[in-house]
Amino acid sequence: MAGKLVGVVGVGQTKHRAANKEVSIAGLVRTAAKEALDDAGMTWADIDAVVIGKAPDMFEGVAMPELYLADALGAAGKPMMRVHTAGSVGGSTSIVAAKLVAAGVHERVLTVAFEKQSESNATWGLSVPMPFAPPLVAGAGGYFAPLIRAYIARAKAPRHVGHLVAVKDRLAALRNPKAHLHMPDIDLKTVEESLLLWDPLRYLDTCPSSDGAMAMVLASERVADELPGPVAWVHGMAMRSEPTMFARRDQVNPQAGRDCAKDVYAQAGIRDPRADLDCAEVYVPFSWYEPMWLENLGFCAEGDGWKLTESGATAPDGDIPWNPSGGVLSSNPIGASGMVRFGEAAQQVRERAGDYQVPLRTGKALGHAYGGGSQFFSMWVVGRDKPAA
Amino acid sequence: MRDVAVVSFAYQAVAKEPTRSEVEMIVPVVREAVAASGIDRTEIGFTCSGSLDYLQGGPFAFVSGLDAVGAWPPIRESHVEMDAAWALYEAWVALQTGEVDSALVYGFGKSSTGDLHEIMSLQTDPYYLAPLWPSMVDLAALQARAYLDATGRDEKDLAEVAARSQRNALANPAAVRRGDVDVDALLAAPVTHDPLRDHDIAPITDGAAAVVLAAGDLARSVCARPAWIRAIEHRIEPHSPGVRDLTRSESTRLAAQAAGVGDGPVDVAELHAQFSHEELLLAEALGLGGATAVNPSGGPLAANPVMSTGLVRIGEVARRITAGEATRGVAHASSGPCLQQNLVCVLEGQD
Repeated sequence: MAGKLVGVVGVGQTKHRAANKEVSIAGLVRTAAKEALDDAGMTWADIDAVVIGKAPDMFEGVAMPELYLADALGAAGKPMMRVHTAGSVGGSTSIVAAKLVAAGVHERVLTVAFEKQSESNATWGLSVPMPFAPPLVAGAGGYFAPLIRAYIARAKAPRHVGHLVAVKDRLAALRNPKAHLHMPDIDLKTVEESLLLWDPLRYLDTCPSSDGAMAMVLASERVADELPGPVAWVHGMAMRSEPTMFARRDQVNPQAGRDCAKDVYAQAGIRDPRADLDCAEVYVPFSWYEPMWLENLGFCAEGDGWKLTESGATAPDGDIPWNPSGGVLSSNPIGASGMVRFGEAAQQVRERAGDYQVPLRTGKALGHAYGGGSQFFSMWVVGRDKPAA
Repeated sequence: MRDVAVVSFAYQAVAKEPTRSEVEMIVPVVREAVAASGIDRTEIGFTCSGSLDYLQGGPFAFVSGLDAVGAWPPIRESHVEMDAAWALYEAWVALQTGEVDSALVYGFGKSSTGDLHEIMSLQTDPYYLAPLWPSMVDLAALQARAYLDATGRDEKDLAEVAARSQRNALANPAAVRRGDVDVDALLAAPVTHDPLRDHDIAPITDGAAAVVLAAGDLARSVCARPAWIRAIEHRIEPHSPGVRDLTRSESTRLAAQAAGVGDGPVDVAELHAQFSHEELLLAEALGLGGATAVNPSGGPLAANPVMSTGLVRIGEVARRITAGEATRGVAHASSGPCLQQNLVCVLEGQD
């Protein structure tokens, strides 16, 4: 990884829920940020800069909300930035914050991502009619379902594999008190019998709409070494983007995702992600994206993703757990969901994941986010140990 | 810090772009900036843009913007929902890590398609302020009045800023408001938002701008006189206009101090002043004296391509340094109601 070492020294998040009526947007982000500061053993005054991210402003109806949130995040008199890269934003916000430390510009950066979906309606927010463009009015599920059908046809995948992911991630979420959905009675039959929304996606194959925020404190090596708590060291971080539409673009297995994974693995010395990582927190908003991203991220050969899922390898007790926190299928504060992945990966290598802690062998974990029409990717690999010099 | 410079700048603005979409406006400026940089498009290490969804009235303004930069094979890319001056800051940070040696930065927006002044009221606190729909001009007028009352300046001082801006803009092809006007004629116009008149308020503008940054030897090899970024700093203030001293810009002062603006002479300054009084207030916060040419391009009162207005300030200073017309300059960008957030960039040429 280019630049100076970066450590995650504090992580905080809200309890995700459908509508958090107890707090304002400011209260939501401050709750997560305060928890991260407490975890790091720091106060607001210790922070050099704040980097905030969220998905489209229309989800809450506040334009450039970082301006209004400056006070709540203790940013007055300090630098503050606002990142927006669609669904990948939680990941890219983490990376922008980490680069401030890697560049040697700052030593203690607070980064926060949030969405308060109950303030508006995301499907509406995603589907505003625009001049000279065909109206989509489909939301994310309507956009991704045809890509999933293309995957099923291409990989010759049995139709129940998506439902397996829907069950697996919801059962994993039972061990995560911060997860939005807790569905102890869920099984394959419940998912199969839930309402068909966009073939092949049934209601329970999709992520919930959540109010929630995630925060991390990132620190330089000098600062992190002096703190008593565990540190997740950043071993690699990468972002890639490609245009939404052009002839012969592979939207099922996008090049930008493959390139991004290759880059981050090279930085982190990962040769075989299934063997070299202890777990992965991957942006899976619709159940079928687990097998699709297993292939895109090189955890198996192309066409074999569904077999890995079906074998149980990605379950919490499998050899490569995916989304032991319950994942996006269990909590989806959209703009924060990517940072939740990055932060949950950090918690695993800090051995701070509580009841959903995975056993550490290599001490490395992947955080992943994607957005737009499967075209924006951000990833990092974090480790229990400092990267080899 | 690693030496990083602006090596090229391209910019287009019009009062109202009737036919071209945002993407079609980005294409020529990106093409021009990249060509002028002497760096092949596929060799540029990082791309970052700034835009605002609320200008186009739909989510993901930046997504189609990608079509203008030719993001294939996939590129390292990011976006800020801020003026593109902050996109330049993000790119500068990426260059500081050593990960990349060059970056393309662009900003764009068509503010003519909606009611900009009303739209910007959505930047305010959604629970306590936005329900009152204070337009950005209403809030600026409060600041202008507070500033005039505190300093003893008057509307003639504001008109002098506006008149100089319009005269300077005569030489700027991208200006949408220019003219050889005199102060008395301006003061004969009606006050629209006390104490502001129309000439004190930046004109509605559609536009796009692009800058290419390069580090060290690459910058020297592609540009005869790169505009080196000696410092770039930004700070934010509390949000509510009611808890700030509106007669000064504390965040600009802090950023200027951190950037070392006062450490040397300032030949030229381009300030993101969307209202006449903001230029006076910012010049004070930056500690600029009479030897500095302020907004020689005409500044935002001559053209205000929202979301690239701040980036254009950096580009205008860099252009003068590269042309040998200035040696040390200051560019300023702002965001939020009543100058809530401010960025200061010190640029320098080397002989």
